Amino acid sequence: MERGVVLLDFWPSMFGMRTRIALAEKEIKYEYREEDLRNKSDLLLQMNPVHKKIPVLIHNGKPVCESLNQVQYIDEVWNDRAPLLPANTYKRANARFWADFVDKKIYDLGSKIWRTKGEEQEAAKKEFIDCLKLLEGELGDNHYFGGKDFGYVDVALVPFYCWFYAYEQCGNFSIEAECPKLIAWAKRCMQKESVAKSLADQEKIYEFVLHLKKVFGIE
Amino acid sequence: MAAVKLLGASLSPYSCRIICALKLKGIPYEYIEEDLLNKSPSLLQYNPVHKKIPVLVHGGRPICESAVILRYIDETWPQNPLLPTDPYERAVALFWIKFADDKTSSIAMMYLTTGEVQEKAAKECSEMLETMEEHGLVEGKKFFGGDEINMVDIAFCLVAHWLGVIEEVTGLKPFEPHKFPKLNSWIQNFKSVPVIKESLPGTKTMLAFFKGRREMVLASKSS
Repeated sequence: MERGVVLLDFWPSMFGMRTRIALAEKEIKYEYREEDLRNKSDLLLQMNPVHKKIPVLIHNGKPVCESLNQVQYIDEVWNDRAPLLPANTYKRANARFWADFVDKKIYDLGSKIWRTKGEEQEAAKKEFIDCLKLLEGELGDNHYFGGKDFGYVDVALVPFYCWFYAYEQCGNFSIEAECPKLIAWAKRCMQKESVAKSLADQEKIYEFVLHLKKVFGIE
Repeated sequence: MAAVKLLGASLSPYSCRIICALKLKGIPYEYIEEDLLNKSPSLLQYNPVHKKIPVLVHGGRPICESAVILRYIDETWPQNPLLPTDPYERAVALFWIKFADDKTSSIAMMYLTTGEVQEKAAKECSEMLETMEEHGLVEGKKFFGGDEINMVDIAFCLVAHWLGVIEEVTGLKPFEPHKFPKLNSWIQNFKSVPVIKESLPGTKTMLAFFKGRREMVLASKSS
């Protein structure tokens, strides 16, 4: 069985990006393995038999599945540097609440924006912006969702930033026009090396979305 | 010790999760029953984002989302810990709690829908049970938590107690005891724990309520 840290991932996955950011924040050396999701490796199927999905974090041969779970695990095991979750229990609950909100809303709504048209797309765009505005409210005047320091909610949300361009192109709208504070926050995060090197290039994401649309027969 | 209040609904499994945790830790609390068809100003103020129960209020500060509340309770009151201390074992437990959160909604969908949508929900419910049987439960372990119940067992209270009622109300039967021997044992073990027994709502009340809801769903489909 392998020692050390291995990440089974897929380059455009915003969930994989969360784990990449956490590993980078903690300066953990790891092996990155790109999965072909149309031809999943035996290792992936063995390490995540329940969902068969990436990302999977393998530490000393044992798998941790679900991206937010991985971020919390990384924070707990490498607890001597760059803390991601607050020490205070109430603030920690608040951070988990907002990361859960991102999980419940942002991915599905974003998907609807590029997969659908007409009324369904308009409804998704509206709800998507409403959710981002709620997040702006939570951010307030803070530098990051973690306050002065980059933290758990920042990690949970910032990967979606590289998908915003694709959403905007497909939905014909400007996220910055509606949520300037959030975009300013995202750009601030991109100044951090851990974020800049973990997020995919937004043009490549848009090309990927166009390719998916062709594959799924979506205009 | 700051006051603890729980805004809940007696027939909600998510509310029940919190009652189980509070009782297991021996935490005194004030319970407030919410009328979900007429939500109180307090609830809307404490949970403006989702407007849902359960909400735990501790020293005047609200915590929302049952999985988040469970972790807050476990971290604030460390007696009778509900999660393993080892980070890897804890990650495994959290995986199953998320699985419970994501998949148990298929049970509600079984009584809230009809036709193809209902069939799909029943199929998803079956798949969830198969996964629990094959990957979640270990032969010889009484509970997900080992010899004692933990947060994972509590998170699956919907499966232990609500599924049977929904099956009776809808006539669908995704859970067959002979097909799921480990799950069947777990359900019996879970419901025998004294704190759990006193936290679960009565089956008669549940049947009456869900039958009524099912009739409303069928009535609205035929109109």
